Amino acid sequence: MLLISCPWCGERDEVEFHYGGESHIAYPDDPEAITDDAWGEFLFVRNNPSGEFRERWLHTHGCRRWFNLLRDTSTHEIVRSYRMGESADQSSGAERESD
Amino acid sequence: MSFSFDGGQRRGFAGDTLASALLASGERVFGRSIYHDRPRGIVAAGRDEPCAYVQLGEAGQSEPMQQATRVEIVEGLVAAPLAGIGSLAAEADPDRYDKVHAHCDVLVVGAGPAGIAAAWAAGRTGARTLLLEDDSALGGQLLGVAAESPGAAGRTWLDEKLAEIATFRETRVHTRTIVSGLYDGGSVYALETRIRPGEAGAPGVSARRLWQIRARQLVLAAGALERPVAFSGNDLPGVMLAGAARMYLNRFGVRCGEQAVVFTTNDSAYSAALELHRAGCTIKAIVDTRDDPRSVFVSRAREAGIDVRSGSAVAVAHGGDGIEAVTVGRLLGESSVVSELDALDCDRLLVSGGWDPQTQLLRQVGARMVAQGASSGFGIETPPPASTLAGACNGTFLLGTTLSEGPAAGERAALAAGFRAEPVVVPDVAEPLEEAPRPVFFVAPPDGDLSSCYVDLHRDATVDDVQRAVGAGLTSIEHVKRYTSAGTGAEQGRTATVNVAAVTAELIGAPLTEVGLQSARPPIIPLAFGAMAGRHRGDLYEPVRVTPIHSWHVEQGAVFEDVGQWKRPLYYPLDDEDLDAAVLRECAAVRAAVGMVDASTLGKIDVRGPDSVEFLNRVYTNAYENLAVGACRYGLMCTLDGMLFDDGVVMRLGEEHFVATTTTGGAAAVLDWMEEWLQTEWPDLDVYLTSVTEQWATIAIVGPASRDVLGRLTEIPLDNESFPFMGIRHGVVADVPARVSRISFSGELAFEVNVEGLSGLAVWDAIWQAGQPEGITPYGTETMHVLRAEKGYVIVGQETDGTVTPVDLGMDWIISKKKSQQFVGKRSLRREDTARPDRKQLVGLLPHDHKVRLPEGAQLVLDQSEPVPMRMVGHVTSSYDSVALGRTFALALLESGSDRMGETVYAPLEGRAIAAEVTGPVLFDPENERRDG
Repeated sequence: MLLISCPWCGERDEVEFHYGGESHIAYPDDPEAITDDAWGEFLFVRNNPSGEFRERWLHTHGCRRWFNLLRDTSTHEIVRSYRMGESADQSSGAERESD
Repeated sequence: MSFSFDGGQRRGFAGDTLASALLASGERVFGRSIYHDRPRGIVAAGRDEPCAYVQLGEAGQSEPMQQATRVEIVEGLVAAPLAGIGSLAAEADPDRYDKVHAHCDVLVVGAGPAGIAAAWAAGRTGARTLLLEDDSALGGQLLGVAAESPGAAGRTWLDEKLAEIATFRETRVHTRTIVSGLYDGGSVYALETRIRPGEAGAPGVSARRLWQIRARQLVLAAGALERPVAFSGNDLPGVMLAGAARMYLNRFGVRCGEQAVVFTTNDSAYSAALELHRAGCTIKAIVDTRDDPRSVFVSRAREAGIDVRSGSAVAVAHGGDGIEAVTVGRLLGESSVVSELDALDCDRLLVSGGWDPQTQLLRQVGARMVAQGASSGFGIETPPPASTLAGACNGTFLLGTTLSEGPAAGERAALAAGFRAEPVVVPDVAEPLEEAPRPVFFVAPPDGDLSSCYVDLHRDATVDDVQRAVGAGLTSIEHVKRYTSAGTGAEQGRTATVNVAAVTAELIGAPLTEVGLQSARPPIIPLAFGAMAGRHRGDLYEPVRVTPIHSWHVEQGAVFEDVGQWKRPLYYPLDDEDLDAAVLRECAAVRAAVGMVDASTLGKIDVRGPDSVEFLNRVYTNAYENLAVGACRYGLMCTLDGMLFDDGVVMRLGEEHFVATTTTGGAAAVLDWMEEWLQTEWPDLDVYLTSVTEQWATIAIVGPASRDVLGRLTEIPLDNESFPFMGIRHGVVADVPARVSRISFSGELAFEVNVEGLSGLAVWDAIWQAGQPEGITPYGTETMHVLRAEKGYVIVGQETDGTVTPVDLGMDWIISKKKSQQFVGKRSLRREDTARPDRKQLVGLLPHDHKVRLPEGAQLVLDQSEPVPMRMVGHVTSSYDSVALGRTFALALLESGSDRMGETVYAPLEGRAIAAEVTGPVLFDPENERRDG
């Protein structure tokens, strides 16, 4: 059971959250201008790395805000959580408290 | 105390376990084994017991698969032995279960010497500390140590610390509480037994309590468990772990055996042998695998006149319903083979193969194990973050060392959690050093037959089974586990896993560390489902949502159905009507005069803000800029892949104010979906969404007489000109401010009256009274479904299943053709596959036999005589008997359906096929002549 730091509410139990898949998937600028293959790639293809992964979470039973999490999929270590529109590299994200 | 075992009355003492009481009464055969039906006795004294399983209690309180070694006897306890499989109670469990959520700075697992010392050291810093112990008593292995054993200074010190812990404000100690699972982020589950099985509970007190703990730091002090050795006949009743015999003697006053042989690889069994010897048991021999053991323990045994046979092993245990003799021999070099055989009579064989640190909890979160050379067991390579090990589970077996390791671990954990304390002073404990063990995991019998050398007594798995697994080419320990089932028992193979690994390692010629241990999974012991459910059972299983009008439906005897969490009337039976009869009557009344339905469960989302129109244009497939204030529009919502997701009516209440309705079951998902797009893709849109589902009661008045009925309750002009179809009017209905819209889900003239939720019941009742002249008929969801299906209106989730596009449903007319409108899912609609002309499309079906109803979900084929497997071209989505059509009909999704009008399709069922003609989906009033009354 993860302990997730919501950038708005702080550390909360995983049961308060919903998972929203890979983050930073850019919506195509002009969907009508791209091929079926390119649209299909955007729709269905996601990365599945062993290691650090940028993903979206929703604090469903809290502030109801979407945010990003940088998480290691092999150790479940949460490296950082940060708000929508911010980058995983920004230090402005809420750093996890040391354990 | 008296209790019942296997149908007979037995006696024991307070503080006894079921196992100790049975051993005291001379019981040797406890039960039979799961597959080989061999007699089995009690082997261990704790949660490692592989054989002595019981079913406890009766009727709803019956609990399967409890270890006799962990069951405390209470007056009136009822227990029956199990052959490896229990049975669940058929009756409801009358006991109460509950859950506690707890947070702590330091969680200490296990209250042996290391755990007590660690909890004391952490607790004294002020850190919130929780010490959890499975046993009913604190002390761990010390509970099984004779009073005159060395280390008295240490035991006194621990007693003082326990007394001190009791004064710490932030430290709590719970016995009878087993930590069953460790998860990420310091999340821990533990089960506390508050009322022992068989014990009369106090009112309102839960029998079991599931602790859900979030710990900043974990100190694992779970101790070690003794490992048996696999030799021929090692499962005979009377073969017992040496440490268990010692525990029974010192803690419970039960001497196991009159004439015992001790078989050991290490010094620990010597204490057991000497203490039993002093208690009057004849120790026929101590068979020691080590070539030249010479520690003080060995000398004491020799001084006591005990025959110590070094470099030797027990190869065979003989007996029928219990051990009678053993074959002993000298080990040949480093092998598991013996020679120079000798026979010894005995009624007990006490075995010690070494001690295995109990690290399952850390293995549950993926900690890697390494074989520890000297102690021959496995240890944790690197503890996971925020965890520390102390004591025997860290491979530390001397009390003196433990008493410095425990406090250090507790202090370190507290420090990591932000608490600091003065240095700890620990006592010097005088105790003799132990000599290194010589690990032996199995001994080959002289006849070479490995089929009665058990590696897992619980699962009846033998060395022979492991050999066959390896012979079949399995080298991974996980595969060997699945092939032999060794280690898969309810006790999770506590006495088995290391021996299985060792035998596998020897057979494949690989180092033990490389073979590794089987993975460990929670829960550590069988957890009752009741404990997992806690209070979430019966009425508290799931929230129930009811509309403000619910009490009226109940009074009228409505039959309810669950729609999501909502209770909705399915139909309102008169007299002894069944569903079909009631629905025919309700449908007829609506089409002929007027009916009313409680539509309050429809989801309602309030949409406000300057960019509301743009927002709606993006989430719905049609356009909203030209929707006038005071009008409403039916809309469809697709997911990104172009599949229909939800539908509903969007009402425009102001320039920047809309209310969107959703399906009853889809309300939460639609709001989440809208929020997701607003927050993640369109943060530039200035739009605010609020769920107002429960703030409004919605009553639909439906049928040709609906205008007359509503007209008696309101001043709002209701004629077609003043109040056209899809219009919205504000006014007063039955003395209550109301929003009325002309929306129809039946094809009939209809008005939807929305009032503040609290007024819902009064307005419903007023409409009911006003409609009496026309015999207004309340109807349920089933009638609503028939009426809409006659008109070919779809229900999301019934006609659709996430693979159906609006085009498949013939709803192109709701899809905006405007190039500039980029609604969600638009691009997907012209993907090659989504645009195929031969996709399944919505059609109507008219069974050739007007009385036959197609089963919903039935598959459709074109040729009923085709041999199986037939080509399935579609399926029935809705099917009803229609009073308006005077026949049965159905809606279906059919390949190239729109090109098959007039064709016959078949629904092949068991022994027959129903033939039906394909038609368009709108079967009633295709010209919409009834809509305006």
